[in-house]
Amino acid sequence: MNFWLVLTVNSVTFGGLLFLLSAGFSLIFGLMRIPNLTHGSLFMLGAYIGATFVVGLLGFQLNFWLAAILAALAVAALGALAERLLLRRLPGDQLAQVLVTLGLSFMAADFCLMMWGGDPLNVTTPAGLGGFVRFGTLSFPIYRLTIIVIAMAVAIGLWLLLDRTRLGAMIRAGVDDPDMARVVGIRVSQLFTIVFALGAGLAAFAGIIGGPILSVYPGLDQDMLPLALVVVILGGTGSLLGSFVGSIIIGFIYNFGQALLPELAYFVLFMPMLLVLLLRPQGLFGRHVP
Amino acid sequence: MTARLLTLAIAFVALATLPFWMSGVYYINVASQILLFAIFALGLNVLVGYAGLVSLGHAGLFGIAAYATGYMLQLGYGHSAAILVALVIGVASMAVFAVLSLRSTGIGFIMITLALGEILWGLAYRWISLTGGDNGINVPTRPAVFGYTLSMPNAFYYTTLIIFAVSVALVAVFVRSPFGAALRGTRDQPRRMNALGYHVWMIRFYACLFSGLLTSVAGILFVYYTQFISPQTLSLTSSAEVLLMVISGGPGTLLGPIVGAGLVVVVKNVVSGFIERWNFLLGTIFVAIVILMPEGLVPGTVRLWRLAWRKRTRAAPVAAKTEGSP
Repeated sequence: MNFWLVLTVNSVTFGGLLFLLSAGFSLIFGLMRIPNLTHGSLFMLGAYIGATFVVGLLGFQLNFWLAAILAALAVAALGALAERLLLRRLPGDQLAQVLVTLGLSFMAADFCLMMWGGDPLNVTTPAGLGGFVRFGTLSFPIYRLTIIVIAMAVAIGLWLLLDRTRLGAMIRAGVDDPDMARVVGIRVSQLFTIVFALGAGLAAFAGIIGGPILSVYPGLDQDMLPLALVVVILGGTGSLLGSFVGSIIIGFIYNFGQALLPELAYFVLFMPMLLVLLLRPQGLFGRHVP
Repeated sequence: MTARLLTLAIAFVALATLPFWMSGVYYINVASQILLFAIFALGLNVLVGYAGLVSLGHAGLFGIAAYATGYMLQLGYGHSAAILVALVIGVASMAVFAVLSLRSTGIGFIMITLALGEILWGLAYRWISLTGGDNGINVPTRPAVFGYTLSMPNAFYYTTLIIFAVSVALVAVFVRSPFGAALRGTRDQPRRMNALGYHVWMIRFYACLFSGLLTSVAGILFVYYTQFISPQTLSLTSSAEVLLMVISGGPGTLLGPIVGAGLVVVVKNVVSGFIERWNFLLGTIFVAIVILMPEGLVPGTVRLWRLAWRKRTRAAPVAAKTEGSP
């Protein structure tokens, strides 16, 4: 009984992390029409930078949450920079843009290996969240529950941003019809930078708060990118609800697959994606076929 | 045209006599490696260059053929059976790939092939009872053709060269055939081709199969070359490397992928003597080529050459319009 429950909690936690990662991926894809292949690297960079802040830089040790926010901001700035300096130079050429993000992801992976070496970094669970809460005979790790709460909060925040603010309305307009949005005076190219920075920041934030669970190691980017890809293909591009539902589904399949069919876990993970591609190519909640 | 034939003849003689003027086993092995990766790049170029379909999962197919060969040999079958089965499995996998990924084109195609490639990588890595996991599969022997064993570098080089020449000829015939023209039509004007009565999906599907055949051939050569196959060969990095060969050389040209394969293999071999990792450089070259010379080295150089030539002869300034990158 406890085994299944633990597995479920782990699945929802992992789903929450995946949501933070894939929401940005999905928005970038929806708006700019490119799969951002640096997304795994941004996750890893956030994790490494955050871990460095937590362990201490030049004698300063930062509080975990402060470190997470700083890392997210730093990576968001990097993302905005990459968009401004590189992707901006290739307007309308989506293929070239994808290839640039691929090249950048190799550079980022090698950079991390150079800076932080090949050994995994362990991020300690933030103070006060290391224990368990007990409900009768059942116990739940507090930190995992915290991640679920954070993911829910970010989901609600993103929904409010997209659905209730002027910026959100502009982003939605850009996703639905970029040409028409331009015609009515929305600076879509500026939205590109904002959305890219937002997505990069969210991915980095997911990287660092996932640190205590996943730890930080070289190759983390290549583990996470396909998952984001699967979530977005499953849920549908440019749809927040799609990434949310997709993340939870993949979180469950990933954890249950690892536990029950360790040899085929990776294959099982991709099965729902193949089914969706065959039966509903636009994804569960998507409106466009990519 | 005669200049072109002459160049071809010189290239052929140079390649055929390579072991005589290039001493050292190391260099001959590098040459074999270039040729086999050139076959791989030619196979990918059929999709990237002529069909306008960019695949980021081709290393997975390459790996399937290699693993199939290794696994068959491990089961105790002979070389010819192993090669035959590997070819069939490779092309059949490409067919499955194609059915799934041809549901979309452009960016969607990239995403789906990327995901499929990652599945294959994950299977190779985790399905330990079949693939040996991280330890990979060893291939202890190379086959013998008509009594000549391929275990010597020279013999292996010549075999690779013959297969390479056949592949180049096949691709050349393929490109010039009506089918090749139809394929380029589906790249540039899929709707118009459809209206003209061509079955666009079927044309793309056949192109995928042809690409899969060349990729499988390269994969089999690879596993015999290294006599070892591990999940690393199927990684996204490998898919990106072969894509870089095609894009750097010039997609949609016959010579481009060959030059690109030479460039990437040489840079990788030379650079690995100086620095430990080559991924940073790979990424930099990728970004630089995409931004600075998007049409690739071969068309780019040809364009510059023609420009210089025209200036000298003061011919009519006909813009050498390059074919748009797919």
